[in-house]
Parts: sequence; structure tokens; C-alpha cells
Amino acid sequence: MLIHPIHRMARMIKTADVDKILQKHHNDKTALISILQDIQAKNRWLPQEILEYVSEKLKIPLIDVYSTVTFYKSFSLTPRGKHIVTVCLGTACHVRGSPKILDELKNQLDINVGETTPDENFTLQTVRCLGVCALGPLMTIDDEYYGQVTTKIIPSILKKYKKRVQESDS
Amino acid sequence: MLELSINGIDVQVEEGSTILDAARFLGIDIPTLCHVEGLTPYGACRLCVVEINKGEQARLVSSCTYPAEHGLQVWTHTRRVVEARKMLIELLLAMCPSSKTVQDLASAHNVQKVRFKVDYSDCILCGLCVRMCNEQMDARAIGFINRGKDRRITTPFDVKSDICRTCGACMYICPACELRCQGPHPPGDVCGGCLNVEPVCLEEEEQKMCFMDPCGWCYKETGRRKTEKEK
Repeated sequence: MLIHPIHRMARMIKTADVDKILQKHHNDKTALISILQDIQAKNRWLPQEILEYVSEKLKIPLIDVYSTVTFYKSFSLTPRGKHIVTVCLGTACHVRGSPKILDELKNQLDINVGETTPDENFTLQTVRCLGVCALGPLMTIDDEYYGQVTTKIIPSILKKYKKRVQESDS
Repeated sequence: MLELSINGIDVQVEEGSTILDAARFLGIDIPTLCHVEGLTPYGACRLCVVEINKGEQARLVSSCTYPAEHGLQVWTHTRRVVEARKMLIELLLAMCPSSKTVQDLASAHNVQKVRFKVDYSDCILCGLCVRMCNEQMDARAIGFINRGKDRRITTPFDVKSDICRTCGACMYICPACELRCQGPHPPGDVCGGCLNVEPVCLEEEEQKMCFMDPCGWCYKETGRRKTEKEK
């Protein structure tokens, strides 16, 4: 797995925080998925060192932790941005021009699908169908839906989120 | 003790044994690939399918994982079962034609061609190496990752594992990564060489020259092995 050098600076959850999460689940092996979910909620992604730490603490073989993480799509082994940009590529959205939207987002963010911008603000991903075909082409950022997106309005949407990041940082 | 019938023959087996155990006890040959004594049954290759019950309730189950039940009716070689096994072998061949184990199975079950796109992978995902590492070597260094078509076997994070002692048990048990069996058409899909089980090298030599369990590709093309003079 290739991690962009800049992501090596990516923020990493402290082991003390992991201990807290483990205690919350009473160091229970069977709660592995919940534990990983809690870690990801705090850290946005699952770094290798943390998985090694979890496997050691729960006395689970590392390969079992690794296969669980790779089995579920919601777990990420690469750094994820503060905002997740999802473009619907379902049939209806495709017909209504979602590939163009995706290309525009790739250009604007300068990343490929599944990648994260070096400033860790955005992660771009695609989805097969979001079930709101009437609003296609559709994209979501975090939990907010944007229907009938055009390439023209993308910069303004992204700007809104960049501003939000700046506000929360300052 | 449980009493069940296999191909119409009544057999008594101990509680906790599987259909496969019962069939082997009777001497009925059920092909297996991912089943090895000493490792827990896994039911990955499905080659051991048998038909249970009759009529509308008949269904195929993998005998290596199905526990024997009292009064169960088992049929090990019905048309449905044999066809299912042939299809499975064909699929395995399409996945890994370089495996001698799979080629031998193909010969034994008269699978002559592969109708699927052949993908020369070196793994059939039988899970033998994972179970070997886990249960016999007590290492748990390798396992399955991803899912669906991306499922594969590897060490954590695809790097050399600290737990792995490089004992080689995984390679010993693997039916797919062994040396390729040299069929008459080396890169082909089905060699079929093993259909010819009588070693003809005995005609010219004092003893059998090839110890690749029934193979005989050496005379498949020319009818017999070329002598020194002909070369």
C-alpha cells in the first residue's frame, strides 16, 4: 500500500485514546468491529501501528484484524480527508452526465478516485447508486446531498467546504 | 451410533462424524481437494458434494462438512452430483491449469475441455495453507484478505510477517503452487496425459522412468517415447 509521503504527517490517534476505546468495550475480542469503528470515528482511518497495537491488546492474531479491516469497505487503511466527496455513478446518474462531474472533481481536487488531497481536506470516492435517481447527477459531501450537479457549480460547493475547514481550524 | 444409508447401503457411524467419514468407511471414493486429515473441514472446493434425500427434497451438500444424521439418505454418484463435480473441476482448471492436483482430478473425472476464460493464477483459495499455518503450525501468519473477486491469501500488510517461521508448511500443503505438470501442450488448459495410466517407458527401459504419479505425457503425442536412434 502506497502512502503519499505527505500523509506520513497525517494525524494519528494516541495509544491512550485507543486504550480508552478498548476499555469501553471491556477488551472484548468479539467487539473487534465496534472497536475499529470507534477508532476510525476518532481518527478517520486505521493506521498500521494502531492495528498492531489493537491485535496485541486483544490477543487476536494480526492477520485476523487485517482481514476484518480489508473485508469491510467502510474501514480505510489509507488516510481519509475531513470531507468525503462521493459521486454517484449509477445508471441514471451516468446517463445524466455523472462521469463529467467526476472528471471535474478529479481536476479540481487534483486526485484520483479513492485518493485524498495532500492537505487532507477531501477524499474522492464513487458509489453505484444512492437511490435518488430523479435528482441525478448526484454527489454527496459527508451527509449532504447535492442533486442535479453541473460542472459549473462544483467550485462553489468545494469552496464552501474549504471555508468550513478553515473556520474549524482557526 | 447413528444409522444412515449411503447409496442404499446401511452404515453405522459414531456421532459427530461427517458424511465423508461414513462414505470413506464404506470404501466409497469421494474426491476431495481442500480436505486433509488433521485440519478442520472447510468446504471450500465443494468437490465432495453428495446428494441427500430423494425427490423434491433432494439437494447437494458438501459431505466433508455435513454431519451424519440418523436416517439420512445419501447418494454419492448420481448424475446431478457427477455433473456438479465435473463443472467444479472445470472451474478449478480455468483458475489454475498449472496445478498437477487439479489436472489429475480432471483426468480422473474425464474433463476434456475448459469452456471458461483461463486465468493462470497460482491460488484456488482452498484455504489449506491458512488452516495449516493456523492449526498445525500454530503461527497464524497468513490469512484471507479482501472479499469477492479480490479475495486472496497474504500476510498482514503484505510484508514479511514477524510470526512466520518460514517453516514451509503452507507450500507443502498447497495443491496449486506445486511444480507444473508438463502436459503434451504445456501452456494448454487440460493436459489429459494422466488418462493414459500405463507407463510405456517400461517397454524400453528396465524400470519405470518417471515417478510423476500417473502422467505419461512422454508418449501421448508420438504414441511412444522417442528412442535414442530416432532422435
